Formats: sequence, structure tokens, C-alpha cells
Amino acid sequence: MKRSVSILIAVLATGGIALGQGMSPADVSYDEYGAVEVSLSGQPGNAEAGEKIMTTRGKGNCIACHQVDALAEYPFHGEVGPPLNGVADRYTEADLRGIVANAKMTFEGSIMPAFFKNSGYIRPGIAYTGKAAGPGDLFPILTAQEIEDVVAYLLTLKE
Amino acid sequence: MIKRALTGAVCVATLVAGAFVGMNAVADEHANLIVNGEIEMVVRTEAPEHMENVDTIYSGWVYRATETQALQMDDFDNPGMLWVDQAAEYFETAQGPEGRSCQDCHESPEALAGVRAVYPKWDEERGVVQTLENQINECATERMGLEPLKYTGSEMVNMSALLASVSRGMPINVAIDGPARETWELGKELYYQRTGQLELSCANCHEDNYGNRIRSDMLSQGQINGFPVYRLKNAKLNAVHSRFKGCVRDTRAQTYAPGSAEFVALELYLASRGNGLSVEGPSVRN
Ligand code: HEC
Ligand code: HEC
Repeated sequence: MKRSVSILIAVLATGGIALGQGMSPADVSYDEYGAVEVSLSGQPGNAEAGEKIMTTRGKGNCIACHQVDALAEYPFHGEVGPPLNGVADRYTEADLRGIVANAKMTFEGSIMPAFFKNSGYIRPGIAYTGKAAGPGDLFPILTAQEIEDVVAYLLTLKE
Repeated sequence: MIKRALTGAVCVATLVAGAFVGMNAVADEHANLIVNGEIEMVVRTEAPEHMENVDTIYSGWVYRATETQALQMDDFDNPGMLWVDQAAEYFETAQGPEGRSCQDCHESPEALAGVRAVYPKWDEERGVVQTLENQINECATERMGLEPLKYTGSEMVNMSALLASVSRGMPINVAIDGPARETWELGKELYYQRTGQLELSCANCHEDNYGNRIRSDMLSQGQINGFPVYRLKNAKLNAVHSRFKGCVRDTRAQTYAPGSAEFVALELYLASRGNGLSVEGPSVRN
């Protein structure tokens, strides 16, 4: 229920793309540094929707691990990853898309979870239920459009 | 004197950083734990030799907020002690077909001081590593004719709290050589295995990131010397396998069952990472 509501919001925010459009994780092509050139959804991202995803538990929840000064109004930022202040000065859009989709392609063995991936796991569960996930139960943590929204937000982080 | 001033400065810095992101809980990482003014706990000490990536081991108590730490310093303030009292009653209550109590075989809970510190432990007769819970159920079923207690149920958790409480202050000292080795190796493998859709291992959080915040929580080393743990979050005593289950679930993985061979192995491995810390249960955490 919650999931479909936020997808709907994302759809509205981007001017209405059909559900299920865009790439699936297997289609994404990473260059040798882990960057991804083209939009996963075929649409531009929406930075405002991205901000919501960054700060919502069960979505990106990026601030669980990263401090972002621009998001100071949301409480409790983590220290597991580096602060993301000024990240748009350090990386291109393609770099950021690659890092958010699957950070392990950029940083080998990274602790950062892959947000656009749906196979190759050990003991995957159905979201946070602790129950075993069958083959039909695994979806990327973020949709193609949600990845684009997060990338759009990250591109606003200039110093 | 200089050290004290320095600590003060660090605390102020932490407070400022905390205020910035809207946190109030600040742990004093230098505090010492003495319970009831008499039981001195080892909350930080040299890591046991078998640990490859960590020099100093710390009790989870070290990473909690000052107010949470205080709750464990006096048994009158420690909510976990209420259930210890209940278990003490259970201990002397005759039950089952033969009308026996724990007391018939073990004079008093205090007569079992030291037991908590060496479990999980190889059981010669059964040829497996047994947890304290397994041992309690062995007594309940084979010597008292009772149905087994539910592995993480309240009667079991209370009894394990009672047995921990009489060992408080004693150093954890589980054996990992000889026949227990194979189980220990399995536990180690599970500790480093990156599970679930978040692909996180216990080590990612509790070895690579202790002392760092993950959202509102400060990560500890995930030591188990304080179990069972009274958590402010759910206001009850929590069994160690319940905590394992929660952490595995949080990696978006399929969990193992409490009491399963996997969790027993993980418990032995984790206990061994705490060899040298004091038995603290029932401890208080958030
Ligand atoms: C469980 C922890 C965790 C979560 C959750 C997480 N990250 Fe990361 N992230 C890291 C770590 C650790 C690194 C550092 C890379 C490395 O060395 O592995 C990193 C690196 C990055 C970088 C590169 C920063 C730099 O300066 O090099 C970006 C950008 C980033 N993350 C964005 C995100 C976004 C956006 C999200 C959420 C959609 C997110 N992260 C969620 C742990 C996390
Ligand atoms: C995504 C991060 C994460 C992962 C992965 C994780 N934990 Fe935890 N764990 C936490 C947090 C947060 C807490 C609460 C704060 C603390 O005590 O560290 C915690 C607490 C604990 C505690 C309680 C410590 C105490 O003193 O009360 C134990 C034991 C524990 N974890 C064991 C494990 C085990 C075993 C695994 C792997 C099967 C694991 N954890 C994986 C985040 C994690």
C-alpha cells in the first residue's frame, strides 16, 4: 500500500511515466569505474522526490549512514559512510547514478547496499519481515525512477 | 588532570555535533561500570588472541547514553532485576510429575555462579555445543519431567537472567578449542557472511563501524556479555537469539530460528569475541 502510494507520487512528480517502464537491473551497463551514463527510467529525476527517498526508512534511508548538512531538519544522520556535502562537485551525474544503483561497482566490497539490484543475494528475505524471499519476491530497493530522483537530489549538493 | 580536561572537550564537541543533527543521547566512552557500588565490571580490555581485526573489546554498555548507563549501576534502577526475582521464585518452586524444583539439585542460584561465563560449551554426552538455554531445558525435561521451555519465551529468559546475575563480574571464558572448534568455525563464517538484500554482515556493523552512528543508534561491538538485555525500546528482557534475529532481519535477510544450530554457533563465536569482558546480564540498553 505504502509502496504503491510513493510510486504514484513519483509518477505524478515526473509528469507521468507508465509503471514498470525503464530498465531492469540486468540491463544497466556500468563503465570500468562503475559509472552509468543513461537515465535508468529514461526520464529526468526529481530532486524533491529524491530528498524524501534519502530520508525515509525502508526507502533510500541514505542519512542512516551519511551526514548531509542540507538535510539537517531530518534528525539522526549516520557516520558509516562519508558526509555527502558537496558530492556534486566531486562526481558527475553518471558517477552518482552508478554509486546509487550499485556502489560495489565503484567501491569494491563497499558496505553501501546496492539499491538497483534484485538477485545474487545470500538468504534474501521479503523486505524486513525475516521471511525467505522466493524468486518472485525480490525487487530492487529503489525503482529506476527513484534512483533518478536520488541522483537529481545529489546533484544539488554543491559547496 | 589533563586527561579529564580532554575528555570534557571531546564531550562538548560530541554534544555540539549531536545538537546539529537533533540528537540528545551522548555516550561517555570513558565511564566505568560498578554495580551496586561493589561489582566491578570489565567493560573494556585487550581482545582475545583469536580476534584478527580488533585490539580492544568493549561492552555494549560503553556505547549507551549516560542515562541508560546509570540504569545498570544499581539493581533498584535496573528493570531487568524484576524478572530475576521472578526466576528466583521459579527456581525454588516444585513442579512437574515428580514435584521437583531446581533447588532439589542446585542448592541455590548462587551455587551456579560461574556457569554463565563458560556457555555455550561442548557437551560430552550429547556430542554438541550447548547453550545455557539448552542446558536449562535439559534439566527441565530430563530431570523434572517438564515440557521444554520456549527458547526465547519469558520463563527461559528470566531463568537465564537469574543465572547471569549470579555470575556478574566474572570474566566470560568460553572454550573454542577441541571438539567445540567446528561449531566455532561455523559461527565465524556466519559472522562474516554478508546476507540479505542489504548484503551486510555482522562484521560490517559491529567490527568495521563500532563507535559510529547508524541513524539514531551508536553501533557497539555487538558483544553478548550483557544478555539477557533489558531494552528501553521494548521494555522487556531480550534473549540473545532474539537480538540475532532482529539484526539479521534488518539486513533484509531470511533469519535463522532461535535455538537453531546456526544461532548456537554464532553465539559461541560471539561469546568468544567477548572472552575477558564481565558477565553483565541482565544489562540495560536502548
Ligand atoms: C549501510 C551504509 C550506507 C547506506 C545506507 C548508504 N551508503 Fe552511501 N556510502 C557508504 C559508504 C561506506 C561509502 C564509502 C564508499 C566505500 O568506501 O565503500 C559510501 C559512499 C557514497 C557516495 C560517495 C561519497 C564520496 O564522497 O565519495 C555517495 C554519493 C553515496 N554513498 C550516496 C548514497 C545514497 C544516495 C544513499 C541512499 C540511496 C546511500 N549512499 C546509502 C555507506 C552507505
Ligand atoms: C545494519 C547494521 C547491523 C548489522 C548488519 C548487525 N547489527 Fe547488531 N546491532 C545493530 C544496532 C544498531 C544495534 C544496537 C546498538 C548496539 O548495541 O550496537 C545492534 C546491537 C546488537 C547486539 C546487542 C549488543 C548489546 O550490548 O546489547 C548484538 C549482540 C548484536 N547486535 C549482534 C549482531 C549479530 C550477531 C549480527 C549478524 C548476524 C548483527 N548484529 C548484525 C546493527 C546491526
